[in-house]
Amino acid sequence: MPKNIIEKIWNAHVVSEREGHPQVFSIDKMLLHEVTSAQAFDELRKRNLKVRYPERLIATLDHSIPTSQSRSVINDLQARHQVETLRQNAEEFGVTLYDFDSGYQGIVHVIGPELGFTLPGTTIVCGDSHTSTHGAFGALAFGVGTSEVGHVLATGCILQYKPKTMRVNFTGQIKQNITAKDIIMKLISMIGIGGGKGYIIEYTGEVIRNLSMEARMTLCNMSIECGARAGLVAPDQITYDYLKERPYAPKGDAWSQAVEAWEQLKSDLNCVYDQEIDIDISELTPMVSWGINPEQAIGIEDTIPRLEELPQTHQGMAKQAYEYTKLQPGEAIKGKKIEWAFIGSCTNGRIEDLRAAAEVLKGHKIAKHVTLYVVPGSEKVLAQAKAEGLDKIFEAAGADFRMPGCSMCLAMNEDKVPPGARCISTSNRNFMGRQGPGSITHLASPRTVAASAVAGYITSEVV
Amino acid sequence: MKKFQIITSRVIPLPMKDVDTDMIIPAQYLTQTNKEGYGEALFSGLKKQNANFVFNQPQYREAKILLSESNFGCGSSREHAVWALMQAGIEVIIAESYSDIFFNNAAKNGLLLISMHKAAIDAFFKETEKKEGLILTVDLEQQNIRTLAGDSFHFAYDDFRKTCLLNGYEDMDYLLDATKQ
Ligand code: SF4
Repeated sequence: MPKNIIEKIWNAHVVSEREGHPQVFSIDKMLLHEVTSAQAFDELRKRNLKVRYPERLIATLDHSIPTSQSRSVINDLQARHQVETLRQNAEEFGVTLYDFDSGYQGIVHVIGPELGFTLPGTTIVCGDSHTSTHGAFGALAFGVGTSEVGHVLATGCILQYKPKTMRVNFTGQIKQNITAKDIIMKLISMIGIGGGKGYIIEYTGEVIRNLSMEARMTLCNMSIECGARAGLVAPDQITYDYLKERPYAPKGDAWSQAVEAWEQLKSDLNCVYDQEIDIDISELTPMVSWGINPEQAIGIEDTIPRLEELPQTHQGMAKQAYEYTKLQPGEAIKGKKIEWAFIGSCTNGRIEDLRAAAEVLKGHKIAKHVTLYVVPGSEKVLAQAKAEGLDKIFEAAGADFRMPGCSMCLAMNEDKVPPGARCISTSNRNFMGRQGPGSITHLASPRTVAASAVAGYITSEVV
Repeated sequence: MKKFQIITSRVIPLPMKDVDTDMIIPAQYLTQTNKEGYGEALFSGLKKQNANFVFNQPQYREAKILLSESNFGCGSSREHAVWALMQAGIEVIIAESYSDIFFNNAAKNGLLLISMHKAAIDAFFKETEKKEGLILTVDLEQQNIRTLAGDSFHFAYDDFRKTCLLNGYEDMDYLLDATKQ
């Protein structure tokens, strides 16, 4: 029977199955960070267990660390303890940790691909919902909770029910300056934040085949924002070119064999999915979120939907959103004054994102009333940005170019948008208080964020 | 894991769709390295924003059953959300649906998530608006929810998970057994 790529990878990882029980499902790789791992290591200690496959793991620091130049001194005592705990656990259990100044520290979902740790056809988990990012490589990658992190540490497996599969096929040609961020935000605005629940999505279409790996990562990253467990893109030459020679990628003969195997990872002709969606993106304009979850997003030229234009089930959330974001139904999103701007995160903190932002910022100064943080996704991205002179462009524009980490994506460290302030951000969640208690977030692409920072209000073009 | 017992409690109404885990427990509280001490921080943002928020109301202080709408627990995978709910005394959630990761996390900690149709949920919400509120008994063994008036509503629940919850079995033990070397 013809199979889609999701079924192929899934079936290859079922270890055992008992009637009426979930499947014992094998995990090839796990990424660890300081926030969701400590309690899992404690569980192993409590049960006197070892990590069964240390070679399947890598760890890094990203969520609670400072992004200031003097980041090695962590002032927040609890955060410092959390970081120290991961260092000790990595040491005690024999896990490779990419610590500060290792050259590879960064957001887990940025460093996995950079290291070539993320490979096609593998199953990858992390105690983090944006693990879906790794699907860009044709991996089956999803977020798990801390208990499941413990299960993988101890057994290399977790218990899973087989997910449903969905194909999202993008048709049409994208206009210039439209990015993967705009494409995925469009999908989420259409199917809603629960629209992908229970599914793993395969993204297909000419448009996707032409996207760079960075852009595919942005796309897969936000799969979780429509509720999908994971999203993936079948591997192709673009994938192999990105991975070749990376530290964990197979070398020599093993490389050619791997590529041969990866070539089989395609959905068969006539395979079926539980659901299929076609989206024509020819008319797509830059997207901006206006509300308090990622589905509340519109084109930059559109107006904030009125209550009566929304389905009844969405009206409650919309009312809450108008109040929280201090926006009026029917008003334009373009032109809304902002005080903060953030370029970074596992959605848009890679080198291409920084290049896109720098291209917009070059020769401009950001508006006087705006603070712009540019936070590279990893030490590798930081080094590359410096090598290309992007740091100079950011500084000349008046931006604060910082050290790698999650930063203002979730405001666990001191990088916070103040209460009541409006921020345009390349991150993935505009939940209430996500960027700091009382902060207001508008999600957008790096181009749009950079242009807005210069203008001082929401816009996609520098005039 | 604690064995799941029959629970009778007042119901806390949270009439919202898409309650996300950032709402349940904001990131600022996630720098701890243990599993305890999250109960106080439950819904802290909403508690601060609105003095009338349901978790600020004294009559719900001892309540163990939370009622909400669809896609509860979406967003971040943080299991801290489940720990916070349980440490604040919640033992059962009744809603239309849950996010996948939250559902898994809940099951692993003994928090019972019941899914019901919108019509049933709406009817429960109506009851909570009455002065005396709504008191329900949740019986996992029988897979039903009973009202004081004697009405009974069946709910579907996965057999495997049911056995785990009722007996306090942990997935870790199952996996260690299944992958014995
Ligand atoms: S950048 Fe944001 S979304 Fe990505 S892992 Fe860090 S906190 Fe999570």
